[in-house]
Amino acid sequence: MLTISLTHYVVLSALLFSIGLFGVITKRNAVAVLICIEIMLNAVNINLVAFSKYITPMDFTGQIFSLFVITVAAAEVGIGLAIIIAIYRNKLSVNLDDFDWLKW
Amino acid sequence: METSIYSVIAFYALAITILGNAALVVFARNIVHSVLFLAITFISMAGLFLLLDADFIAAIQVLVYAGAVCIMVVFGIMLIQRPDMKDTNLFNTQLIAGTGVVALVFALCAILAGRTAWTDLVATQAVPENTIQVIGALLMSKYVIPFEVVAILLLVALIGAIVIARDESSAIAVDEGVKANAHD
Repeated sequence: MLTISLTHYVVLSALLFSIGLFGVITKRNAVAVLICIEIMLNAVNINLVAFSKYITPMDFTGQIFSLFVITVAAAEVGIGLAIIIAIYRNKLSVNLDDFDWLKW
Repeated sequence: METSIYSVIAFYALAITILGNAALVVFARNIVHSVLFLAITFISMAGLFLLLDADFIAAIQVLVYAGAVCIMVVFGIMLIQRPDMKDTNLFNTQLIAGTGVVALVFALCAILAGRTAWTDLVATQAVPENTIQVIGALLMSKYVIPFEVVAILLLVALIGAIVIARDESSAIAVDEGVKANAHD
């Protein structure tokens, strides 16, 4: 029990991913949903770096993948906030339940 | 395999900090508090990366996530929220369905993680001491095409964010002003 194996990291990552997914499904504020997506991406990063250490320590595949994930997450936050600001200017709301233009 | 008692203690302390603060992000009723807890989550995750011998990723985590992303989100909140920040981060009506879906996802992941025979896959070598040199060389040789594509993606995201967030009504007013001046 007193050793940390790959399973510990995978379960921690699954727990964190679940918390993020719960937020994405149940939050009402669009910015909160964006934050929870960041938590999910970070959970994936933990997995990638743990696999990189335990399975391919000489190849660094997981670490380079997690670098790309971090870059894409930063771009995603910028675009997401821009979209939320543009919608807020039209609707004066960030409540996702108000964003139903595609519903008929 | 980690055998030192200190790394075991560090893992559990960091795991509790990460999970507790992530839960606070979801359950806080004030969105500004949520972002604060998010920053703590990101920084403790950098500690977890240090524990995993990924010092460069840990530095990038602090720089990009705790530094840039959290500040950008706070700027976004300040641009769009009403003056009163109380109760800005509430749940919608999907709580029960959401809990069910999340429990299902976690159960699936945990069962699969427990059933996989990791011991057959685990390598025996340790991670090299100088990770930054190896990562730099790999990014400029084997992964140079993805590296350039990601650079273009960042440029596109930058321009796209400016175009999307631009105030179109004031832009149209400027255009009409230019046209009116040309007409005169």
